[in-house]
Amino acid sequence: MFDAIHSFDVILVGAGIVGAACARELADSGLKVAVCHDSDTVGAGATAAGMGHIAVMDDSDAQFALTNYSQSLWWELAGTLPPEAEFAGCGSLWVAADDEEMAEVHRKSEYYSARGVAVDVLDSGGVAKAEPNLRRGLAGGLRLPADAVSYAPAVARKLLTGIQLLRGRVVSATSDGIEFASGESYFAGAVVLATGADLPRLAPELPVRPRKGHLLITDRYPGYLNHQIIELGYLKSAHSEDADSVAFNVQPRVTGQLLIGSSRQLGVDHADIDHAILRRMLARAVEYMPGLASLNGIRAWTGFRASTPDNLPLIGLRPGHRSLYVASGHEGLGISTSLGTAKLLADAMLGRPSAIPREPYDPSRSFNHHA
Amino acid sequence: MIVVVGAGPAGIAAALAVQECGKAVTVVDENPSAGGQIWRGDPTHRWVARFRAFNIPLISGVRVVWGYPAARTLVLEDAVGARRLAYDKLVVAVGSPEIFLPFPGWTLPGVFGAGGLQALVKSGLPVRGKNVVVAGTGPLLLAVAASLRKKGANIRLIAEQTPAALLWPFAKQLSGRASKLLQGIGLAWDLAGIPYAPASWVTAAQGDGRLQRIVLNRRGTLVTEDCDYLAVGFGLRPATELAAIMAGPDTIVAGTGDADLSLLEGRIAGYTAAGDLEKARGLEPERDQARTFAASIDRTFAVRDELRQLADSGTIICRCEDVPLGRLEGKTCFRDAKLHTRCGMGACQGRVCGPALEFLFGWHGASPRPPIFPARVGSLLSEG
Amino acid sequence: MPEIRVDGMLVNAAEGVSLAVALLSAGRTRFRTSLSGEPRAAVCGMGVCMECRVTIDGQPHRLACQVQVREGIEVRT
Repeated sequence: MFDAIHSFDVILVGAGIVGAACARELADSGLKVAVCHDSDTVGAGATAAGMGHIAVMDDSDAQFALTNYSQSLWWELAGTLPPEAEFAGCGSLWVAADDEEMAEVHRKSEYYSARGVAVDVLDSGGVAKAEPNLRRGLAGGLRLPADAVSYAPAVARKLLTGIQLLRGRVVSATSDGIEFASGESYFAGAVVLATGADLPRLAPELPVRPRKGHLLITDRYPGYLNHQIIELGYLKSAHSEDADSVAFNVQPRVTGQLLIGSSRQLGVDHADIDHAILRRMLARAVEYMPGLASLNGIRAWTGFRASTPDNLPLIGLRPGHRSLYVASGHEGLGISTSLGTAKLLADAMLGRPSAIPREPYDPSRSFNHHA
Repeated sequence: MIVVVGAGPAGIAAALAVQECGKAVTVVDENPSAGGQIWRGDPTHRWVARFRAFNIPLISGVRVVWGYPAARTLVLEDAVGARRLAYDKLVVAVGSPEIFLPFPGWTLPGVFGAGGLQALVKSGLPVRGKNVVVAGTGPLLLAVAASLRKKGANIRLIAEQTPAALLWPFAKQLSGRASKLLQGIGLAWDLAGIPYAPASWVTAAQGDGRLQRIVLNRRGTLVTEDCDYLAVGFGLRPATELAAIMAGPDTIVAGTGDADLSLLEGRIAGYTAAGDLEKARGLEPERDQARTFAASIDRTFAVRDELRQLADSGTIICRCEDVPLGRLEGKTCFRDAKLHTRCGMGACQGRVCGPALEFLFGWHGASPRPPIFPARVGSLLSEG
Repeated sequence: MPEIRVDGMLVNAAEGVSLAVALLSAGRTRFRTSLSGEPRAAVCGMGVCMECRVTIDGQPHRLACQVQVREGIEVRT
């Protein structure tokens, strides 16, 4: 498969967390790897724009399998990360506003417990004790102590240590290599497209659409927050196909800063801040955590998630191609699932067995029933 | 309604120009009263007095923290609350903060901006009997030294990094402009007896927890000077954040400069906002002349290359995030530095380290991200 | 003369001055402690450099140079 006349065994397009993790895994498997990107620096796209949570999710069995597998890989990596990677095992707290959402807490608890993931069910008082700045009167919550946060651009940089970077805008990627806008081209035994929401530019037939998000970060308020907190309504928001949606999601950074999200918009391609949706997002956050209103926000920005119709990533051969692979479509879970994605991709490329089934993420799967 | 942000020379001139055209105008400013940095604490200055005489509405003590150009709305924040302010046309006349450049010890308490110390003194900081060194570059140093001395400061020295050979032609040019000449004579009187050292700059500030002494490169010789305060500035840069975030067809940005140029820029912006383009155009030749003069000052007082070498690997470059120069090694641009060292990611939003990085490495800042200044989350939700 | 409390100590401030001026006048040179532990005080005097951030009445990150002194405020540096 990997011919000696090629410049590289594998060229990856995209130096975000997914491209970086895949490059690391392939390089550690003994391959000669190069990564190309056209940003000012590595990890500059959704990797920098996103929240950087490392969460186990149960939206579907396949999502659970990949996030759970990935999280175990993150905890293995954690000890080797530099301080600037800001890895912190703060845990997640899903909060239930009412009895209906509390029923969901119990359902989730059973789901996770049955699969060996540690969780704590908290009642109203337990949530108040765990996060004193949440509003009083919430029904309860579910704590996942193994969830974590990290500053993904620094992780991407660390993963890319020693890997050759090629700078330029890739205009074509085939089974044999890539061509830059400058006309310069590189040969490779295999090519991997890890370009996030930009995937359709190089692989227009794949069902990846950009889903815009807004975030705001505050000044430093150490101790204000203990966990990443997400409202259970988040899932409704994350799955809404057409309407713009917001959900309360706030995260403590190692710096003491708070990262406040989240919003989701499909069919928007400009990166400008949408003031109406940002206000809705912040109003939602203040509804859950009234004290946030008096904290200083220092920066707001937007980013684009690579969304797919079934909320699962595309990992594997690009349909109809040989030696041209895809690792994209991770929606809001690119950081969470990057390390698992890298394993599955490398397994597929090298004909190795995988720790979890790869089929659910195969880019050639049918998306019809989601259309 | 036309809203003018900034009640310094440009904002005052803009508001008066709008008023003259018979249009409604409101001025917004973050200080307790009109005058800006130049006329801070000088309510008797004739332009400030004129502004007050016309009873132009002034919303003072508020900061424009956010804005929505498409909705022609600003978000104003004060110490306790926030509100929205709608406009038909917006004049941005927010002036120019100082440029700070890093050298060992520049983060010690007692090291101020030149304009910074002047602003604090104008707002009531007593300096009587304090030993003060004024350093950096540009005509502002003279004005600062004069005003501090008036308040009883013991000005040990003015260290001007520009060599004397460049200062003489500048002084001659000054004499060609009547108002500048008068200013020059006035300053000469106020400054009599203060050592003025061209081709000299501060290489380090030292002290235990606060400034106690500076090391000075005085025409090639290193000397130590004990002092309580150092006022050090390297010129001004226009504040571009509000203009960038509010960019659009209804936003008019007044240029910046010294008081004379700012007044002209403000009047032009005011007439433009009020729709009297003829009056605006009529002032352009005079404005262009003033700009030419300002550009010649900038050339004269361009910061010399030696000052790029002052910071060592341990010198803090980003004061908010405490990023030393050594950590910036190998970084290729401001964004690379931001993402991988946190340089420029703190509360000042890159306002201090941005110009320093431009000077040190030629890096330009990325486009600013809102809020325009750190703002309470609740302010962004205000409906009123 | 407004009386304010700074880190638990009473300080008399001049009427109508900013908190930054009041602190400097009282000989206070540490407004905040930087991430690496350095003392920092006001630099720009005009709300740009953010070095004069203090906690006022429990609210962190308030700019001392932009706040007028008021009787009875509690300041922590």
